[in-house]
Amino acid sequence: MAAFYAYRGYRRVYKNIMLGKKEDLSDHQSERIKNVLLVAFGQKKMFKNMTPAVLHFFIYFGFIVTQIELIEIFIDGVLGTHRIIFHAVENIAALRFIYVSTISFIEIVSIFVFIATVAFLCRRFLIKVPRLNKPELKGFPVQDAATILLSEIYLLICIFSMNTADMAMHHGEYGFAVSGMLMHLFSGWDYTALHYVERLGWWGHMVGVLALLVYLPYSKHLHIILAFFNVYFARLNPKGYISNMPEITKEIKLMMDPSATPPPVDANAAPVKFGAKDVFDLSWKNLLDAYTCTECGRCTSACPANQTGKLLSPRKIMMDTRDRLEQVGSIVAENNGVWKDDGKSLIENNYISVEELRACTTCNACVEECPVMISPLDIIVQLRRNLIMEESNAPAEWNGMFTAMENNGAPWQFSQQDRLNWAKE
Amino acid sequence: MLQVKTYAEYASNNETPEVLFWVGCAGSFDQRAQKVTRSFVKILNHLNIKFAVLGTEESCTGDPAKRAGNEFVFQMLALQNVEVMNNYGVKKIVTTCPHCFNILKNEYPSLGGNYEVIHHSTYLQHLIDDGRIKITDAASFKGKKITYHDSCYLGRANEIYEAPRKVLEELDAELVEMKSCRTKGLCCGAGGAQMFKEDEPGKKRINIARTEEAFETEASIVAAACPFCNTMLTDGVKSKDKQQEVKVFDIAELLAAGQGLEKISF
Repeated sequence: MAAFYAYRGYRRVYKNIMLGKKEDLSDHQSERIKNVLLVAFGQKKMFKNMTPAVLHFFIYFGFIVTQIELIEIFIDGVLGTHRIIFHAVENIAALRFIYVSTISFIEIVSIFVFIATVAFLCRRFLIKVPRLNKPELKGFPVQDAATILLSEIYLLICIFSMNTADMAMHHGEYGFAVSGMLMHLFSGWDYTALHYVERLGWWGHMVGVLALLVYLPYSKHLHIILAFFNVYFARLNPKGYISNMPEITKEIKLMMDPSATPPPVDANAAPVKFGAKDVFDLSWKNLLDAYTCTECGRCTSACPANQTGKLLSPRKIMMDTRDRLEQVGSIVAENNGVWKDDGKSLIENNYISVEELRACTTCNACVEECPVMISPLDIIVQLRRNLIMEESNAPAEWNGMFTAMENNGAPWQFSQQDRLNWAKE
Repeated sequence: MLQVKTYAEYASNNETPEVLFWVGCAGSFDQRAQKVTRSFVKILNHLNIKFAVLGTEESCTGDPAKRAGNEFVFQMLALQNVEVMNNYGVKKIVTTCPHCFNILKNEYPSLGGNYEVIHHSTYLQHLIDDGRIKITDAASFKGKKITYHDSCYLGRANEIYEAPRKVLEELDAELVEMKSCRTKGLCCGAGGAQMFKEDEPGKKRINIARTEEAFETEASIVAAACPFCNTMLTDGVKSKDKQQEVKVFDIAELLAAGQGLEKISF
């Protein structure tokens, strides 16, 4: 049942991402794999900010090593056995040693995970680190963050009660490091009570893991899966590069060449739209970015506009894109795969406002900061293109600048004939 | 008067210059940036480097239009510029503007403009590395503190952090860093065509925030490598009424002064 619901959730995310425009990002495989190893597995970009990087690394590492114990938990569940791997190896000294040290190691790491999780809760709710307390996090996002952190603590309590009760039941026979110390808490408990605690821990952990698996595609926490894909497919150009629009190159070349004959007009072709107004107009990579964002806010705290009190927050750009995509995706799903216009778009409508878009200096601080290689800037530029080229929505000063650039080849009204005047002094 | 030849003049003599100096709109028209243009030309002339400018044939690269969202105006200008440069057979470009540098290097190639594009910080660093720049004692920077402001389009956009610092290290001043520098450098507030419009409503102007960081270093010279950063920081210093204590200069002006080619007061 869990598998069914989880499948539905992940399929929804995949289908929604595929609503974006096609973009080929399959080149330079070796460089992409290198990025995945360094940035995703190695968390290279996290370590620009030591304290959260170390705490996050505990949880990340703990999550990975716990999967080993989870394998046994799952097998026991399916076969109705108890510690099947232990019993398979208990008489072979070397293997038994490996088993016991692995579980002990997981237990020790889990203690660090516990500390890190509590520290994260403190940072968010007690110390109130500024980037974790911005207006765009009100409501579901903060609830989501608390849910994830509290479920981590819940899972840890479950697994420790399971191991500790199991150790107490078997008088420390397994020899696990942490539960070996904790089992004295249960001294004097009878076997039946311990058995209940052990089962409660086992079932609690199992149910918790499955529940998280189902919850994940509805949560910012999806980054634990998508970060790897997002880093792999990250654009490899220098950050200063903004792609040129080939459809415009074609038109301008026609304009510049008087002898060219315009191609026959295809009356059935969809009208060309410049820039992005809604999620369909963005690339699938922008949409993957949106689902990968875990709302850490490093982008927003580095953003010069945000720092000086402007409305723009790069994190909000990502969250709005994802929220709009969820809405669009559910309309498409309700209508058997066909989009029915709801009269809204990603610009305004309580999503991204024109004022936010106008405040960006394209400085790339947000792109530089993101530990999972998301580009809020790419979305901002595409939305700006729509404002300017489709809606003619520009501040008066920009219209003056465009006119000057067209007429005299400079953003100011100076004659092109005066371009060399600086040399005459 | 400065000795400056255009590409057209070289071509009519059947000569090819070593490098095209892309002056840019700020460098051509903005009074403050014109000084930087002249300082850079003085360095080139002093070293007998055969450079050309496009002069009246140069147009804006289209950067502010592109980043504001007007791809039409950008590509119109870009395709014109590419046509001019390709007609002359331009191979190598140096520019004092990081915005021109970025767009010529990264966005012109797919429009048919393939050139080796170098920012003047890197160009000057190469000249220093080759031992061609000799610092004289014409202007002594001894005891002075200089802080370098990273331009976004040089730094994060193209990962050029060291070249401008190497240039400044040639001077016998003390180079000090601001609170946010290199990859974490705070924008001056001009990029993305913000230079050409009023700020959106907020608590503070971005250039003021950056100027305050510069003041914290207690440096008396703020070095920039971008004409727009230069304007923004100069305005910031003025608005704090500190223009007597703190001066904003381009790295080319400082290096020219160090060689005795330029007189600047600091």
